[in-house]
Amino acid sequence: MADKGMTPIVKTITGWVKGFIMLFGIYIVLYGHLTPGGGFAGGVILAMVFVLLTLAYGREEALRRFRIGVASELDSIGALMFLVIAILGIAGTLGGKFFTNYIAKANPGTPFELFSAGIIPLCNIAIALKVASSLFLVFILLVLMRVIHDPREKA
Amino acid sequence: MQIIPLFVAIPLGVAFFIPMVARKRPRVADTLANLTTLALFLMAISVIGKNGVYWMGGWGPFKHVPLGINLVLDGVSVFMLITIALISFLVTIYSIQYMDKFTAKARFYALFLLMLAGMNGVALTGDLFNLYVFLEIASIASYALVAFGCEHEELEASFKYLVLGSVGSTLILFGVAITYAMTGNLNMAQVSSIIGGELKPIHLFVVALFISGFGLKAALIPFHAWLPDAHPSAPAPISAMLSGVLIKTIGVYAMARVMFNVIGITPLTSYVLMVLGTVSMVVGVLLAMGQDDIKRFLAYSSISQVGYVVLAVGIGTRFAIAAGLFHLINHAVFKSLLFLNSGAIEYATGTRDLNKMGRLREKMPVTSTTSFIGSMAIAGIPPFSGFWSKLFIIIAAVQAERYGFAAWAAGVSVLTLAAFMRLQRRAFFGERHEAYDSAKEVPGTMQASMVGLAILCIVMGFLWLPQARETFLIPAAKVLQEGLNYASNILGM
Repeated sequence: MADKGMTPIVKTITGWVKGFIMLFGIYIVLYGHLTPGGGFAGGVILAMVFVLLTLAYGREEALRRFRIGVASELDSIGALMFLVIAILGIAGTLGGKFFTNYIAKANPGTPFELFSAGIIPLCNIAIALKVASSLFLVFILLVLMRVIHDPREKA
Repeated sequence: MQIIPLFVAIPLGVAFFIPMVARKRPRVADTLANLTTLALFLMAISVIGKNGVYWMGGWGPFKHVPLGINLVLDGVSVFMLITIALISFLVTIYSIQYMDKFTAKARFYALFLLMLAGMNGVALTGDLFNLYVFLEIASIASYALVAFGCEHEELEASFKYLVLGSVGSTLILFGVAITYAMTGNLNMAQVSSIIGGELKPIHLFVVALFISGFGLKAALIPFHAWLPDAHPSAPAPISAMLSGVLIKTIGVYAMARVMFNVIGITPLTSYVLMVLGTVSMVVGVLLAMGQDDIKRFLAYSSISQVGYVVLAVGIGTRFAIAAGLFHLINHAVFKSLLFLNSGAIEYATGTRDLNKMGRLREKMPVTSTTSFIGSMAIAGIPPFSGFWSKLFIIIAAVQAERYGFAAWAAGVSVLTLAAFMRLQRRAFFGERHEAYDSAKEVPGTMQASMVGLAILCIVMGFLWLPQARETFLIPAAKVLQEGLNYASNILGM
């Protein structure tokens, strides 16, 4: 653990900021329908937390906190959640069309408030799950592939 | 018409569901995938003869101006949906036992269904940018599927396919972007009513971009370099899907849709399509002649047969387009059959090299018989399906007074016969070679799928009977041939 990753300075700073970065990512996702950003941008920021952990502490630490199996499941869950939200629109009483914003129709809410845009925030959450986990998977798989072909790691 | 978005939503949903529940249980994955393709096939059958426009989220057109994204179900879409669903259903049956030798079956089905969702989307969409998105979904899934074996040769083929496929996608995206800059709209119907068949120089540039982009996806010569590597490297069911359906959906169909319904066909475009089709037809079969790898041979032959379809679509009369679409579905059936046969041979003997086969007819009667039927159909021997579609393409060319093209089409048919007789002799008849001893007939579901396709090769000729033709082929040809009426049909002007 001690000899992996970067210097103690980087590790300490990473330890301080990782929570804030994650909070910022969640903010971008949840306020996606009101401010610039949304599911994709927020998801990228969430994935970056784990990328930062990989860079600072080494891949074992990042994989201990976000296992590949979990990431893969979340990836599928995000996509399925998005699809289920869309398909529910077809169900007769809720609106009748694929992707109908049935929540906004039943309960529009006040514009520019957090609970206002119907299914759009829910879709943003689904997209964020999908983007965060698949971007992390892409990154970590590229890291692992490099290791397999690195002759120094064989010992 | 609530069923329309489900053509995309169901395969997409199951594609993400399978890796969650069936990663360690291959039989569950088999069941789910087969039920999905069966359901899609039944859904496709149920929409024959129906038309409809589906506005996503209920955002319909306002005073004939589209606000939202739409899916369009018309003659050609139904035709493509049926083709895709039919082949994918039989291919998933084949995959049950064929894919047992690979690990990670759940991932295979996930990618397969993702590709299916992309193709159904391409067939249904009424929006140019969505066309690009669905096309990329189908393409990216197919890049991964080509590399599925993860051997050196497969990865190399997949990389080549990835690079050339991305070049094609980029050209299409450029075309879409310029169209958007010109018209301020991406809805196909709206763009078509704005352009209105009057082509300025910038439109010709867009036409050139679309022909090169979709030509790359359809592997027309001179854009074909990736196909003979990519199609043989994939597992056999995927080769069957790629050659049988994918190059037609995201290549030929998408090109025809954009050329006829969105930009409007002109004599120049039409002539370019005919020339590209004829060159692919002739060069494809000549390149196929010299191949010793059975799947590579079939891949080159696909280029040649797609050339027939593009030639017929390029002629542009209603009869010619109907004949071209008829050949499209016929080719989907017999080329899938032949690729599944080659997969069966590889499964039983471990080789794809024609020099190592010979007399396999004695050891593999079902594979041999079905392959013989497939070969006769593709070579255009009556009464098999390929004969009728090629005959009607030639008649259509003669009717349109394109005698030269008709002669080429007839000549290539003879060359195809020669090429496939060579395949039959070297694989199933002729002398014994080392693969003979280890060969044995393949398991049940693989046989069932091949027999099903072989029966289709015989009965598909009946699609041209007046009753079937009027409900299935002619409505499809009518949509393309009526060209820019597409806009008024959709926006209700």
